[in-house]
Amino acid sequence: MVPFAGWVMPVQYTSIVEEHQAVRNNVGVFDISHMGQFIVAATPSSQKVGGESAAATWLNRMLTNNVDKLDVGTGQYTFLLNDRGGIIDDLIVYRIDEQKYLLVVNAARADEDFEWLHKHLSADYSLTSRSADFGAVAIQGPQSVALFHALFGEDTELPARNHIVAIPFETTNLSVARTGYTGEDGIEVFFPANDAVTFWNALLDRGKILGIKPCGLGARDTLRLEMCYPLNGSDLSPERNPIEAGLGFFVDLAKPDFVGRDVLVKTKESGPREKLVPFRMKAKGPPPRPHYAVFRNGERIGEVTSGTLSPSLNWGIGMAYLSSAHAKIGAEVDIEIRGQKFPATIEKKPLYRKPAS
Amino acid sequence: MMIPDDLLYTESHEWIKREGDKIRVGITDHAQSELTDVVYVELPKLERQVNAKEPIAVVESVKAASDIYAPVKGTVVEANKALEADPGLINREPYAQGWIYVLKIENPDDLKNLKDAAAYKKQIG
Repeated sequence: MVPFAGWVMPVQYTSIVEEHQAVRNNVGVFDISHMGQFIVAATPSSQKVGGESAAATWLNRMLTNNVDKLDVGTGQYTFLLNDRGGIIDDLIVYRIDEQKYLLVVNAARADEDFEWLHKHLSADYSLTSRSADFGAVAIQGPQSVALFHALFGEDTELPARNHIVAIPFETTNLSVARTGYTGEDGIEVFFPANDAVTFWNALLDRGKILGIKPCGLGARDTLRLEMCYPLNGSDLSPERNPIEAGLGFFVDLAKPDFVGRDVLVKTKESGPREKLVPFRMKAKGPPPRPHYAVFRNGERIGEVTSGTLSPSLNWGIGMAYLSSAHAKIGAEVDIEIRGQKFPATIEKKPLYRKPAS
Repeated sequence: MMIPDDLLYTESHEWIKREGDKIRVGITDHAQSELTDVVYVELPKLERQVNAKEPIAVVESVKAASDIYAPVKGTVVEANKALEADPGLINREPYAQGWIYVLKIENPDDLKNLKDAAAYKKQIG
């Protein structure tokens, strides 16, 4: 067990590799109760004024993606930026009602996120942290659909990708979203904190015949890195903006105004100085790790932010911020590991693709 | 957790087997189970001279790289090349085929500072 953002969490229950393979081949379950949940809603007075959702107008100023694209019951990946365009957090925003949004944020940034959002709040909308009231699990892997039906009934309809639905379970009501952080099909389930133990045990019980394994932070990290999903605190930080991180897809620069927009427009025009790119080691050897220096022809061109031995590929992989001139697919670089240089190649995302079945 | 009675141990979870004027060194069953999934071992160079508690090898799991320390002063005379092809030997046979290196020691009295099985067992609880 390790301390993590005020929570005590397992890095692994049995073995990172075993848990990783369970998710790629069968199904795994992650306790993600540490993640923060905020509710943003329009106050009754503001709703009367126009037909427009006041909450949406405000969220569009605070977040990079366009919440106008969200129908009730759908979600999107987005960023909360500081005034310099740097990333405070990456999160998912769900529209759970006409005038109501759920924000699912990283545990380590939840307090900072709340403070920043609260600072920009006005009387037209309310912001509430429900982090302590909800537990959550991520159920991920090819058998997650079968487990969904084993839990909620054969006739219960699975939500579509990025959709969220309310589903009754025994004496309680759950929110089930078709989202994840592993590259496998799966769902994330939110429930009242009091029901956490009951739901966790029900999951393991009904998932047994599907080969379910409880999975820790270690497997969560190797799975997401194979897909090149960024980890806040490692690949994202207040010093980096989404364009540098290669995540401009989740930024709507057509929106007239949002926090950090000016900086992103400039970065886009001039091109970022550095870019986050995935790489793969050229030979078997020591796995790359965060903070290892990256070289090209003896010149230092950047630093590794995430690195591991990929359990799916049995090969060293990672992501690094490199000066843009060198951040090209196919470029050859050297990673310095304990004073020795090991060659690597810049790759396309993702680093792992599921074999065609 | 296996803690053989005929070995000596360090606080940093190495085991030591005396073989005349040499010692064979590996990591304990407890250490391998904490690390899990050893994926790479950086072996010490032959003839390297080391002092007690000096980092001498690196064992890497999926999650992290861990230094392995020399238990006493000596010179490296053997390294387990089999670990280069199959680092998982450390997980499967920590006290046998998973040994890491052999050190020719200078002073057998240095070994008196190491723990016996009972003391190591007490340490890991």
